[in-house]
Amino acid sequence: MTGISAMPPGLLLVLGAMLLPLSGPRVRAALVLGLPLLTLALVWQIPDGVSLRVPFLEYELVPVYGDSLSRLFGTVFAIMAFAGGLFALNHARITELVAALISAGSAIGVTFAGDLLTLIAFWELLAIASTLLLWSAMTEQSCRAGMRYLIIHVLGGALLMVGIVSHVADTGSVTFTAMTPHSPAQWLILAGFLINAGAPPLSAWLPDAYPEASPTGMVFLSAFTTKTAVYVLLRGFPGADILIYLGLYMIFYGIVYALLENDMRRILAYSIVNQVGFMLCGIGIGTELSMNGAAAHAFSHIIYKALLLMSAGSVLYMTGKRKCTDLGGLFQSMPLTAICGIIGALSISAFPLTSGFISKSMISQAAADETMAVLWFLLTAGSAGVFLHAGIKFPWFVFFQKDAGMRPPDPPLNMRLAMLLCAFACIAIGIWPAPLYAILPFPVDYIPYTPAHVIGMLQLLLFSGLAFFIMLPYLKRTLTITLDWDWLYRWLGPRAIRLATRVLDRWHLQSRSGFLRHLATLFGTLFLYHGPRGILARTWATGSMVLWVVILLGIYLVAYYY
Amino acid sequence: MKQHWLVRPGTIRLLWIIFLLVLALTVLANLFTEAHAWFRIDGSFAFNAWYGFLSCIGMVLVAKLLGRLLHRKDSYYDRD
Repeated sequence: MTGISAMPPGLLLVLGAMLLPLSGPRVRAALVLGLPLLTLALVWQIPDGVSLRVPFLEYELVPVYGDSLSRLFGTVFAIMAFAGGLFALNHARITELVAALISAGSAIGVTFAGDLLTLIAFWELLAIASTLLLWSAMTEQSCRAGMRYLIIHVLGGALLMVGIVSHVADTGSVTFTAMTPHSPAQWLILAGFLINAGAPPLSAWLPDAYPEASPTGMVFLSAFTTKTAVYVLLRGFPGADILIYLGLYMIFYGIVYALLENDMRRILAYSIVNQVGFMLCGIGIGTELSMNGAAAHAFSHIIYKALLLMSAGSVLYMTGKRKCTDLGGLFQSMPLTAICGIIGALSISAFPLTSGFISKSMISQAAADETMAVLWFLLTAGSAGVFLHAGIKFPWFVFFQKDAGMRPPDPPLNMRLAMLLCAFACIAIGIWPAPLYAILPFPVDYIPYTPAHVIGMLQLLLFSGLAFFIMLPYLKRTLTITLDWDWLYRWLGPRAIRLATRVLDRWHLQSRSGFLRHLATLFGTLFLYHGPRGILARTWATGSMVLWVVILLGIYLVAYYY
Repeated sequence: MKQHWLVRPGTIRLLWIIFLLVLALTVLANLFTEAHAWFRIDGSFAFNAWYGFLSCIGMVLVAKLLGRLLHRKDSYYDRD
């Protein structure tokens, strides 16, 4: 294959991003908006199968491998780069835009990687670009959070690399195909993937890092890293049972922690973990319907989560506040932001006529088809919980509840346009799911809009809403954070190390002085006997020598006679 | 400051009435649709309504309990 389809489409964004610092504002705007669209066109130029082979050492790399799954994720990543770029255009720092385009490009690079070495190259680039994206908020918190983010992702990358190397040693092949977690190599690869997905026990990096990004930065961050992980899990570990258990943990972890959270963007960060949990369950079930559901849900999720974060980002940008305790009543002066936020909230809750409804329901349906009763009941409870923690809680505490007295206007035009674009997409996909269904990895034989399903979903969600307002006194916001597993490395770890250092220091000092004391005694003794005045080393006068010899000889003589 | 029409007590009362009416309607609609029952209990009357309601109450209570254990001041990690 030659020509345009032989170029990894992600590379266009990665290389194009380098031009941003060199160009003036107009050209830069054209690049930020044009490059993603061009990439989208490239994505759709790639035919099925291998488009590019590159020999490397004794292996054959496949930097461009196309099929419906990679095109689906490539498409939504490109769309997201465009929408996020539009949102960020006027006020994001240039570093942030560069980092955002590179992360989008490397995410697309992963989705078209046909071999594991290409995959890890783009994978690591994504981690680095995301860290830069975090750092470009230029605050002390973002600097520290970025460092913690980097440490976790470098750890994940290292696990993945070791896994890949042992996998290649085991099988002799670098091709990225479906695996089963049976050998240590594949467990390591799975662990590397799962760290990026925000799976337990290391899910805390996500709500720790993302909310420290700039108002526009978090929109980009939410889209690429976790969904790239969903993509590689879809391709690499379909039907792996462990994903169901991890997914369920993530669903309820996200709900409970979001319910306890006060920071609006952290609420949304927890709900990313929650939504990725649904996708992991879909991958773990492993049927065509559930895999389609996970893929479709990733597609819808990227768009509505971006919309929610744009809405939250607009609020943060206009008010400088992110805690629910400081916000409230903003619907009066930011009606468009509020409406877009509500559309995003309805979509994430899978309300009929929104994108979440037509995608998430495929996963529950697949659980029912496989007669996985416990899973089905938990997924249904989870769906109710999504409405609780993100569907109502986010818009209620930010735009309604008590009036905080702030009256900022809606954000600038480009931000409003980006929100409108995403809101339109959420509803369009919800009303007309056929185009999305057509690009899913497997043929779709699923009808979301049946009377029983619509009524059932409305009941589930509206009664969850009732529960929210009844339980409202219990949900009062407080100035708190909630401890997570990251307590182990943010609190316990540093203290344990400090304590260990102190103990070791003391022990060192004690043992050192003890040793020195012993040494001193030893040398003292030696000195006493062997020193310049020591009895054994002293210089003797010749006279006293002669005297002693005479005395000895005298004793000898006397002894001889007797 | 003049109160926005949406937050006046009258409007809020009206919204509650509409909300409860819609809730009742969705439950009544169950009479006319065939309930899918994959696992028996999910075919019970208005299953989604009571199941959604109860599981949400449950989740809030669990969150509340966990909060007692895990809540810290939001400056907790800033001390270092």
